[in-house]
Amino acid sequence: MTHDPATLIPATRLDTLASVRGEIRPGAWRACVALLRRDFLLAWRRRGELFLPLLYAVIVTALFPFALGPDPQLLGRIAGGVLLVIVVLAMLPALESMFRSDLDDGTLEQWLLAPQPLALLVLTRVIAHWLTTALPLLIVMPFLGALLNLPVNVLPVLMLALLLATPLLALLGAVLSALAAGTRRSGILLALMLLPLAVPVVIFAAGAIAAAQAGMSYLAPLVWLAAALALAIVLAPLACAAALRIAVEA
Amino acid sequence: MTHWLAMGGYAAYVWPAYAVFFAVLVWDWLAPAFRKRRITRELRGRIAREQTRNTRVPRAEASA
Amino acid sequence: MSRSYIPHFVHWLGSPPNFYRFAGAWRPWLMAAALIAGAIGLYGGLVLAPPDYQQGDAYRIIFIHVPSAWMSLFIYAGMAVAGLIALVWRVKLAEVVAMESAPIGAAFTFITLVTGSLWGKPMWGTWWTWDARLTSELVLLFLYLGVIGLYHAFEDRRRGARAASLLALVGIVNLPIVHYSVQWWNTLHQGSTVNLFGHSLIASSMLWPLLVMALATHLYYFASLLGRARADLLELEGGKQWVRELVLEESR
Repeated sequence: MTHDPATLIPATRLDTLASVRGEIRPGAWRACVALLRRDFLLAWRRRGELFLPLLYAVIVTALFPFALGPDPQLLGRIAGGVLLVIVVLAMLPALESMFRSDLDDGTLEQWLLAPQPLALLVLTRVIAHWLTTALPLLIVMPFLGALLNLPVNVLPVLMLALLLATPLLALLGAVLSALAAGTRRSGILLALMLLPLAVPVVIFAAGAIAAAQAGMSYLAPLVWLAAALALAIVLAPLACAAALRIAVEA
Repeated sequence: MTHWLAMGGYAAYVWPAYAVFFAVLVWDWLAPAFRKRRITRELRGRIAREQTRNTRVPRAEASA
Repeated sequence: MSRSYIPHFVHWLGSPPNFYRFAGAWRPWLMAAALIAGAIGLYGGLVLAPPDYQQGDAYRIIFIHVPSAWMSLFIYAGMAVAGLIALVWRVKLAEVVAMESAPIGAAFTFITLVTGSLWGKPMWGTWWTWDARLTSELVLLFLYLGVIGLYHAFEDRRRGARAASLLALVGIVNLPIVHYSVQWWNTLHQGSTVNLFGHSLIASSMLWPLLVMALATHLYYFASLLGRARADLLELEGGKQWVRELVLEESR
């Protein structure tokens, strides 16, 4: 460890010792709530950064009509797929910082020592990450859809697909972010690693949108996405915890 | 022979495919050989440096 | 940890100096066998086998394309198994095998894509099509590149090897999902895909060279892996006594 043992905050260590003796055992629920509050507080202190993915999404959306021409029919036909790709790309830069600062200041070591299971803390972090980076994107989606002349009946399907796809991407991205946390610069590497994992997500989300646009049943791809999300909620935090252990160990 | 090389008119596709196959595998075979040579050279240099340091340092201290 | 159930030979081989000597002894023989098998396979495929009644002589790319495609998957599986051993038992040699398999696998995946493209041009009239198999192979190449990139992004090689091994395991869960989702996507967007192996009854005069080439590529993989592992072990164990003795011995 690069940290001087004397500078480590001893509270968690004491809690661990205390929990071994059976005196105080901070509940898992309380730990998660505390972690969520901390993450929201940090996000609020740097609230300017919350707008960066939004700005990115708006800029890219605005560029498409200039590149393809203002034909509303053409824009409406590709809008669903374009917005989906924009959301994936807008989520990418934030992934890098998911565990980086916690690794640098030693918080992750405290996570490993904490009596709560690491996977649970990871899941809480992913939820906080999704709420602060993906949810704002979802909120502006109707406006971006209007810019690209997205058919009104497709919008709910797009929102539903994104509501399932973005947490899934955040969970998968968390695993990769944890894997890359021990490296110095990981921007393009994260994109390279995310591509194979994002392919099925994009395929099913886009499949639902395309089916809705063609007036067909869009339920099957959405159910597939939901199944993948359920699987990822269970498995991704475990893989992420294993990756963080590799990142922390000297 | 020329008939065979022509590959029934598909020579422009068949032979480049085989060229790529062999070029990539030759690279794959040679790259670790070069790497091994570089590592050996570096290690040899390191060992030589350590030996000269071990023989020189006491003398330098004695003269100081 | 009790290792009594592990056969003595595997235990012996797990020690880097032993493996280094073992690899050095076996590598030339494996490569020689690969070259002989390759020569026989290519003679059978390029000279003896008759032209295909539909594809003419263009189908002869099959003798490198299909074995490369098999190798791209076989090596990925091997890498994942070695990665699992590296993660669970922390065997240094398993880390080396997993990480040195990745470039060979990427090489075979690249060959598969390029030769497939060279085959597709005369057959389908296009260099690239988003066919399910081609797309899966492209994703596989990105998986390999991700593993290689992650491994080299770490300053500590062993930590990098463990992180990249975990990524390889994530990839092996992901790969079937990619394959089936791409197939589903393909049927959604295209009427029917061009099927190269629609006539699955392949003549035996074409089959045996294919199988011999598959054998040759497997032998080559093991030979190349041993060579790469030797170079890696020298680098990883640079400070140890056996490497120093070896280096001085070879310089004499």
